[in-house]
Amino acid sequence: MKLDQVCFRTNHLSPSWTLDAYRQVGGYQVLENILNNKLKPESIIEQIKNSALRGRGGAGFPTGLKWSFMPRRLPGDKYIVCNSDEGEPGTCKDRDILRFNPHQVIEGMIIAGYTIGAQTGYNYIRGEFFEPIERFEAALEEAREAGYLGKDLLGSGFNFQLHTHVGAGAYICGEETALLESLEGKKGQPRYKPPFPAGYGLYGRPTTINNTESLASIPVILQHGADWFHELGTPNNGGSKIFCMTGHVNKPGNYEVPLGTPFAELLELAGGVRNGHQLKAVIPGGSSTPVVPAEIMMGLDMSYDGIAKARSMLGAGSVIVMDDSTCMVKALQRIAYFYYEESCGQCTPCREGTGWLYRVVKRIEDGQGKQEDLDRLVDVAENINGNTICALGDAAAAPVVSFIKHFRDEFQYHIDHGRCMDNTA
Amino acid sequence: MVNIEIDGIPLKVDSSKMIIQAADEAGIDIPRFCYHKKLSIAANCRMCLVEVDKSRKALPACATPVTEGMKVFTHSKVAINAQRSVMEFLLINHPLDCPICDQGGECELQDLSMGYGEGVSRFTEGKRVVKDKDIGPLIRTDMTRCIHCTRCVRFGVEIAGVKELGATGRGEHMEIGTYVEHSLVSELSGNIIDLCPVGALTSKPFRYKARAWEMKAHPSIAPHDAIGSNIELHVRQNDVMRVVPRDNESINEAWLSDRDRFSYQALAHPKRLTDPMIKVDDDWQVVDWQTALETAIKGLQTIINKHGAEEVGGLISPTTTLEEAFLFQKWLRGLGVENIDHRLRQQDFSDHPQQYPLDNWTLGDVQESDAIVLIGSHIRAEQPILAHRIRQAAMMGAAVSNINFFLTDLLMPIEYEMAVDINTMLTTLAGIAKVLSTLMNDSDNDDEWQALYPERTPTAFEQNVAMQLSNAASATLIVGDLANHHPDAAKIRALVHKIAELSGSRCIVVPSANSHAHVIANTLPGKEAKNSLQMWQQSLRAYVLMGFDALHDTAVPVIAKQALKRASFVVALHSFDSEFLRQTADVILPMACFTETSGTFVGIDKQWQQFAGAVAPRGDSRPAWKILRVLGNVSHVEGFDYISSQDVVDEVRQIQAERHDKPIPPYIPDSLTVESDLMMISEVPMYRTDALLRHSEALQKTPETQRIQFARINRKEAEKHGLNHQTPLTLTQQDSVVRLPLEIDDSIADGCVYVATTTDAASRLVSLFGQVSVSQSEAAT
Repeated sequence: MKLDQVCFRTNHLSPSWTLDAYRQVGGYQVLENILNNKLKPESIIEQIKNSALRGRGGAGFPTGLKWSFMPRRLPGDKYIVCNSDEGEPGTCKDRDILRFNPHQVIEGMIIAGYTIGAQTGYNYIRGEFFEPIERFEAALEEAREAGYLGKDLLGSGFNFQLHTHVGAGAYICGEETALLESLEGKKGQPRYKPPFPAGYGLYGRPTTINNTESLASIPVILQHGADWFHELGTPNNGGSKIFCMTGHVNKPGNYEVPLGTPFAELLELAGGVRNGHQLKAVIPGGSSTPVVPAEIMMGLDMSYDGIAKARSMLGAGSVIVMDDSTCMVKALQRIAYFYYEESCGQCTPCREGTGWLYRVVKRIEDGQGKQEDLDRLVDVAENINGNTICALGDAAAAPVVSFIKHFRDEFQYHIDHGRCMDNTA
Repeated sequence: MVNIEIDGIPLKVDSSKMIIQAADEAGIDIPRFCYHKKLSIAANCRMCLVEVDKSRKALPACATPVTEGMKVFTHSKVAINAQRSVMEFLLINHPLDCPICDQGGECELQDLSMGYGEGVSRFTEGKRVVKDKDIGPLIRTDMTRCIHCTRCVRFGVEIAGVKELGATGRGEHMEIGTYVEHSLVSELSGNIIDLCPVGALTSKPFRYKARAWEMKAHPSIAPHDAIGSNIELHVRQNDVMRVVPRDNESINEAWLSDRDRFSYQALAHPKRLTDPMIKVDDDWQVVDWQTALETAIKGLQTIINKHGAEEVGGLISPTTTLEEAFLFQKWLRGLGVENIDHRLRQQDFSDHPQQYPLDNWTLGDVQESDAIVLIGSHIRAEQPILAHRIRQAAMMGAAVSNINFFLTDLLMPIEYEMAVDINTMLTTLAGIAKVLSTLMNDSDNDDEWQALYPERTPTAFEQNVAMQLSNAASATLIVGDLANHHPDAAKIRALVHKIAELSGSRCIVVPSANSHAHVIANTLPGKEAKNSLQMWQQSLRAYVLMGFDALHDTAVPVIAKQALKRASFVVALHSFDSEFLRQTADVILPMACFTETSGTFVGIDKQWQQFAGAVAPRGDSRPAWKILRVLGNVSHVEGFDYISSQDVVDEVRQIQAERHDKPIPPYIPDSLTVESDLMMISEVPMYRTDALLRHSEALQKTPETQRIQFARINRKEAEKHGLNHQTPLTLTQQDSVVRLPLEIDDSIADGCVYVATTTDAASRLVSLFGQVSVSQSEAAT
């Protein structure tokens, strides 16, 4: 299996995060080539499209297509924004990209800026990422000194400046339009779309927002070619992907493997399920994606289309592994609490519904469940789903529906007996 | 235009519209909370979710633009399910105690829950409780009831220009509030009461006073400024319980100023005059109308017979109706009296109100201006609704400039502004005219004006403002109360009209309340007769006063007080009792307030708006037009056989149609130099412009009104005169010595002391706009 091909390609170096290290793997050569030869933005977009790079932030939207929406020739300010507000429970990949290979994000952002006609970029980094923020800032300094940022880059006439913006601890600011609001200095609340950021983004100007991992993939795609990248993965699921293996595995951590890698192999890479226990369930893409029972999960490939077969999502590649000691009611209670706490409060179904879901699940966990609670939970979740401004409502609803669907007997037992099936939990 | 279908009804609608707008126009009902036609779209309540073909999710009708061939279903299973589930979510944390909620019976949430809510809640957990906020004397909060629609927040940002309300906290913990608890300071704040779809923001003065279904709505017109905002009086039995705006797109749109909304409180004030009274040997006796009217006429006629009608003066408040104004002057002129005036706060009468052409424009035209210049106007306090229109213009990119004796936050982007004394104001205006005259090549044929223009090169301010005016496709000049009340007001008005003429701008001399009607009705001095200032200064033997307080509503309180005390006979028509009135009047005729009479107001835009009485006059008071009709009859003046106030209006219209006044030549000042050492600049506080407002309890408690006790002066002048803010300021004008607490305020121009009128202290001053000397000493009283 080909490991660490894209975002972690400097990992074998020590330290891996300096400009020197990055140059050793061919860093900034792509940018220099683009600037020196004044490559056509259309051709760059074409390559990204052909690479089948899909947004690594969770939605999986084709990056090349997103870039093509930008009105490149529109006069006035345009922006490229990197979304490093990595807040989805189970996700820690962008943190490590910023820690171990920050220059690749910078190069990706400059190339993106060049391609979409933006002269300013912002990297919105989660506020709790102290070390990554420092590493990224240091890398920015190096890049500025090396002439990769500033005015008239390498004599090409292209100006580009890049700034770090530190978030203040709100999950919702990972939603791209809430991120823009926050970046503008307002309360982080998603905007209603349309209009989409490509038309009306930061400060009302055309803006492209990409995930850290997506942007860090750009230099590698352009260095080795779209086909190389595409072939690394599977059709329509180009490249490799970092999977954050958390939960009941022996070697939790980030693993960059080709898309389409069977889950079983990924699990083995992470040292397998905690010794003495059996796999019970997996949340394949972060807490907002539907849970998948072990027997189904073991047959899936880790790609966007592969996970979709089990009516779940690859999301941000945040694999939460749960062994047989897990109480699914308690796990859901923790997830429901998260969405209750992180709902921005703007629109009704999510503001009111997330608290309702959490309280009912907590009641069941506390042994106060009522028979009608289970159907009611599903009903309330379905009433949130699809009726909100942003996807947080859907994210709060999906775990409730999937947990009850796959583990209804455990919930029923809690209601009937006021405790877990298995007292070990 | 696109073709769409809503619930199977084919519609042709403008492609810029949202589904909800198309539905509203077609009369198709879609439930909503956060959507408001005058505010930006938030799409946060989700109540207007509808089914749209080709969309797998229900979509908010307020935020989904119509597209060709779109099919919308507002009552399909998908739509109804979405709407019902949103209603359930809204209700889970909302108190279900409508019977004790002040909004009960007129609550959008209550109404829609009847259609979209369940009879029994499925929510069995504890409900959210939110601490109430104290946001001042006008608005009561009950934040547990808030459904977070953010209409109030958007109103503050988009309409009022004050970002005072906002959301703090996330999720269920989100709260609407001011963050740091304080009163809302906006002259339009009361509108959030109407905007709030639930009982979270309600009227404090109206709280628990009446239920919606107990009251009858009567249309009326607000009397306190020159806008003539359309209002609805909500009446229970014979009491006006509250006032709300009535939509009129060309005037107040959907809004109402706090002044117009809360003044109704004074209608039931204990100081209301309810009985005719005459003074017998310094003692007041309540008498019947017949006796009172006969006493009034007898007293006036005795003076007229003995000393001539020129010894009688008639002064009338510009807040009175067209009919009242017309009958007032017709009756007095019938008696031979020509000393008639309504310009009570004016001091400069060098020009004539009829000399300026009243060109045609609407408030909408003002809003569409590219350049606006405010001259001597604190527009937010003087005409809040006009200020809102100007603000909207500024938000759309109009260049707004401001030149005044003091600068305040106008809550809009201001292009150029200057705090000036009168001399600088005059030379600056002349400088602007000079630049324009050069630009327009007008310099050859205008010698009299050329002589007035400053010789120096124009300042940057003058050049910038002149350029903006000449470049604008539509420009508006606004001369406000502070300019109009100034002793050199005519010079300002003449210069501004010249600027308007040179630049092709529209010039608005802001009228006081209904004074356009008073010019039409001719409550102006006849030939050779005295204007209001002369009537006071030259001390007449008899006065007829109508609808105002001489101490608060005139330019020269002490002089007016002395004149009235010296007069041998004073007839007062008024709605409010006061000690001063009893000291000076001989006959008091209690007149009805605007809610109790019918009449006509002529607005700043020359619109004639008629209104009917909604309640019976208080006690034995009577509509003033009826009092004047009987006065006419009792004095045997011809032509007082009116049956209704409409007859009066008809007569005014006829006279107006037959009138062919010779145009009055423009007034050109002799010189622009004014003697000014330290000048008192006096502003009529927003909530004290007339007797009704001064008796409105809640408005008197607002922070705006609380601040009026202070004299204000800038740091430079304070240092020059050795003043500090710890010691009260002593103001001396001839024999008058007044002490006021002092506030050092750098927004006041050099050479000026700011004093608010209508206070006890101000009523002891000789001239409200005039030379004054200042000092500070502990011993002075």
